[in-house]
Amino acid sequence: MAHVWRMIAQRLALGLLTLFVVSIIIFGATELLPGDFAQAVLGQAATPEAVANIRRELGLDQPVYMRYFDWLFGVLQGDFGTSLAQRGRPVTDMILSRLGNTFFLAIYAAAMAVPLALTLGVLVALWRNSLFDRIANSTALSAISFPEFFVAYILIFVLAQSGYFPSMARMPAGADLGEKLYRAFLPALTLTLVVTAHMMRMTRAAIINLLASPYIEMARLKGMRQSRVIVHHALPNAIAPIANVVAINLAYLITGVVVVEVVFVYPGLGQLMVDSVSRRDIPVVQAIALIFAAAYVLLNLTADVISTLSNPRLLYRK
Amino acid sequence: MADREVLLNIRGLKIEGKSGDDWLPIVNGVNLTLRKGEVLGLIGESGAGKSTIGLAAMGFARDGCRISDGVIDFDGIDLRAASQEQLRRLRGKRIAYVAQSAAASFNPAHKLMDQYCEAPVRHGVMSRSQAEKDAVELYRKMQLPDPEGIGFRFPHQVSGGQLQRAMTAMAMSCRPDLIIFDEPTTALDVTTQIEVLAAIRDIVEQFGTAAIYITHDLAVVAQMADRIKILLRGDEVEEADTETMLAAPKHDYTKSLWAVRSFQRAEQGAATDKPVVSLRNISAAYGPVKVLDNISFDIHARRTVAVVGESGSGKSTAARVLTGLLPPSRGEVLFDGEALPPDYRSRTREQLRHAQMIYQMADTALNPKLTLRKIIGRPAAMYLGLRGRALTERVRELLRLIELEPDEYIDRLPSELSGGQKQRIGIARALAAEPRFIICDEVTSALDQIVAEGILRLLDKLQSEFSLAYMFITHDLATVRAIADDVVVMQKGKVVEQGPKPEMFNPPHEPYTELLLSSVPEMDPDWLTRLLEERTRKGLPQSADQ
Amino acid sequence: MTLLMFFVWLAVVIAVSIALAWGFRAVATAVTQGEMQRALRNAPLTAAFGMLVIFVYLVVAILAPMIAPFPEREVVGSQFMPWSAEHWLGTDALGRDMFSRMIYGTRNTVGIAFATTALAFLIGSVFGLLAATVGGWLDQGLSRLVDVMMAIPSLIFALLLLTIFGTSVITLIMVIAVIDSTRVFRLSRAVAEGVVVMDYIEAARLRGEGLVYLITREILPNVTAPLVAEFGLRFCFVFLSISALSFLGLGIQPPTADWGSMVRENATLITFGDITPLLPAGAIALLTVAVNFVVDWQLYRASGLKE
Repeated sequence: MAHVWRMIAQRLALGLLTLFVVSIIIFGATELLPGDFAQAVLGQAATPEAVANIRRELGLDQPVYMRYFDWLFGVLQGDFGTSLAQRGRPVTDMILSRLGNTFFLAIYAAAMAVPLALTLGVLVALWRNSLFDRIANSTALSAISFPEFFVAYILIFVLAQSGYFPSMARMPAGADLGEKLYRAFLPALTLTLVVTAHMMRMTRAAIINLLASPYIEMARLKGMRQSRVIVHHALPNAIAPIANVVAINLAYLITGVVVVEVVFVYPGLGQLMVDSVSRRDIPVVQAIALIFAAAYVLLNLTADVISTLSNPRLLYRK
Repeated sequence: MADREVLLNIRGLKIEGKSGDDWLPIVNGVNLTLRKGEVLGLIGESGAGKSTIGLAAMGFARDGCRISDGVIDFDGIDLRAASQEQLRRLRGKRIAYVAQSAAASFNPAHKLMDQYCEAPVRHGVMSRSQAEKDAVELYRKMQLPDPEGIGFRFPHQVSGGQLQRAMTAMAMSCRPDLIIFDEPTTALDVTTQIEVLAAIRDIVEQFGTAAIYITHDLAVVAQMADRIKILLRGDEVEEADTETMLAAPKHDYTKSLWAVRSFQRAEQGAATDKPVVSLRNISAAYGPVKVLDNISFDIHARRTVAVVGESGSGKSTAARVLTGLLPPSRGEVLFDGEALPPDYRSRTREQLRHAQMIYQMADTALNPKLTLRKIIGRPAAMYLGLRGRALTERVRELLRLIELEPDEYIDRLPSELSGGQKQRIGIARALAAEPRFIICDEVTSALDQIVAEGILRLLDKLQSEFSLAYMFITHDLATVRAIADDVVVMQKGKVVEQGPKPEMFNPPHEPYTELLLSSVPEMDPDWLTRLLEERTRKGLPQSADQ
Repeated sequence: MTLLMFFVWLAVVIAVSIALAWGFRAVATAVTQGEMQRALRNAPLTAAFGMLVIFVYLVVAILAPMIAPFPEREVVGSQFMPWSAEHWLGTDALGRDMFSRMIYGTRNTVGIAFATTALAFLIGSVFGLLAATVGGWLDQGLSRLVDVMMAIPSLIFALLLLTIFGTSVITLIMVIAVIDSTRVFRLSRAVAEGVVVMDYIEAARLRGEGLVYLITREILPNVTAPLVAEFGLRFCFVFLSISALSFLGLGIQPPTADWGSMVRENATLITFGDITPLLPAGAIALLTVAVNFVVDWQLYRASGLKE
């Protein structure tokens, strides 16, 4: 087993390295700013003195790598710097309360989407080319094609207009879980619809690919029941491809969250990010981008490790 | 034999395959009778429909295929009328299947023992502990190394020849009445093939199991089968006892299958002139893996050097070093006595022009999006500066040389050609450069035997016409017999033995050459028995694998 | 009641779509011949529907000024006027004609998405083919760079870059094209890799062919089919990304008529039970569905032809 742990340690190290490079990109991108950071904050009309003040305040007179390491060490200690738009307010404060909300929404949607999509994907693969398959496929293809805000507004129009669910997903402090689930239902449903379609199609493709293997034909020719062929022969080999499908789609949730939060005025990171982009509040945007990227890298890493652990070729060497 | 009870009776079997929106016939009305304990050899070239018939004998049709007509009667059960549940109870228990690629047909996620026990336990034949004991017994009978332990390995931890035997043992697990062997040794090396053939034959005899043995190799089936049936494009050609079939084939097609091995070029004696190409003390490696170890040989004009060896022997790597695709770690390649730059990118156009290559798979050797005019014309335009009408004329001339009608073929795409024709285009492309030396890399291995013979004759004719030097890479000793002047035998990156052909095919041999030569199946039903007896007598290993 | 009405409308829309698709396929089969006609006759209704929609969008985009009854940016009435004979879809928050803006939106939104996709393809496929053909350090370097860029979710990356470079149509096109070119790079490199290992490429290399010949004459003809299908899929992604950004107010900026921003500007009407703001969103969805249907059909055909 020692080589397996080494392999997993290697993947983890690679993931950390990726995150490190991502942080360089996210920080370094601001260096591409035409003109100057300080100029951008104050606009063209700013007096030279004001610009110089800001520069000193933000440490812009220091070399870029110094500023990067300052920022990075701050981040590692949970300090993302201070907001530009709301002068002096720590970015960490602004993010912290919303972080939980966004993860709540993402997990809520994932908890609905993953079982639904995997079940549908496997069923459609088993009954491929049937009428059910065609309808499910066309529906999924349509759902993929819908912009998230379209799905969201249709749901508002159909479900919120009739008063079943609130269209504004405000999250009062101290609401219990049931209340939260009720209020966040429409945004979570929107994400579920969009992600399920993607995940179902990918699951279908992965399973069909698997069912074409000679060892599946062999199991059939050994007179095994369909259920045993699927559970005993296909499923153990499907773990890796399915883990990848789930990871890709949960990562997709992160992107979807941004739009959905805006539509439903949901107090999460995505909404804050959009607001900060229009205010050009760069420290906030950097912080949120880093959090989303970290979640994304972590998801892919998890899928990678699961694939390794489910592959006997890697587990038991010759 | 004739008095035994009939086990399988197939009448007027028709099978169709889906192509786009149409159903095209694959098998058109084949009859087949198999008695208990009898082995029937099913022979045919690619596309003859033999595997499809084998699966139909289990009442199974692959996706995209359907059994459209006929009767399949197995021991009084009509398999076409049987329910899925009835078929399921037969499969694995009374009719078992051994696939061509054991490596792909074993589930990578489970140990061999779990896969062995599945059928006997699930069909209620025996308990798990009984089945495990039984498996060890069968593994021992199949001469697998470490019979107690091998079942607890995963498929990827076991070699190809051993997997194929483990699959045969698995097929035997319920002591079926019938086993379908679908080309079980085709993917194996010739020295590994022997042990699998011997093991299969023994076990089938021992349990009195009836079998359908599917293969494209006559000599192999002669060792295994009581009767042989020959198929051609989904039709039955003829059927007879093995002895009768070998001694007196009736049908022209069957005779032509025999005749293939008759081609033999004229003997030339030893080379006297200077070699065109020489390899001098070449060693090469892929990263840390050493694949060539100090090999040297010469290739002369108007002569063919056959480089023969099994997979992993380094024969194709030698060609890669020659062409400059893999610079050697030591040694040099000489052309006309002068050293060539080790990397092809440093070679001059003239040096590149004189060393051409013909590939094994014509399908991947010709760009599917270019017409023959472009494929053949490009080297002529590039090396010889031909343009316009002169170029067209040259392409037409080359097409005539390879015996294809220019007007009909010049603007076709490779997909509009048969396998043999594609290989001819590969030859024409090599000739277009007007080279002095051609590497032929297993050029006939992917072709049916009759087509292969035509290619060999063509290469022979072109050699004398253009004074070409050939390096012929092959694993097939019959091909070596047919075309070689000199032979180089390779094993694990080393040259085991080399010399003119007459010397190589007459004793005394190096032990490996002996093993290789004696492992080639002969058209004699007693060959395998004799060989095994002889090896036991001499105390030689039964195969290279152990 | 709303729920019931919704399903009734859905059924009507699907029925009309099927009829239109059927009709379009009949007409298309009648006016074409040969291989094309065979392909069209066997096309599923979904693909026929997709082709019809793409065709209509093209016509509208090209003829926008002739079709639209009012100018794109002019205030022609009071705000949020209801549907009427004069203003078919009413007016927007500023009093501009909704129907005319929808028509011009076809040109702007689709045009910008198309230009972006084309640019992404140019960048991605050139580098992808180069990486696969040349291999070695160039391949390693480019692939690692792309790996890292893809480790940041695309919309998030786009938002970061737009914060820095500001929101204008040109930066929007550049930013989305660069981010999306990483996906094109991956695909074209993978497809080209499959071609590069073929013996005919080895034969061409051994013949002494140069890089340009190898890529343009030997590799490109063999990768166009999957790349064209990918172009369709990429277009959908780009189109949706740009619409999402516009909807967030960070994409195509007013007063340019654009479907994403039109949804945003008029979203308040939805809470009053007016479906007008859903129309531009529906227009986006419809085109994406159409392209996906056609691509799906093409991919199915390509996989079927191989056997």
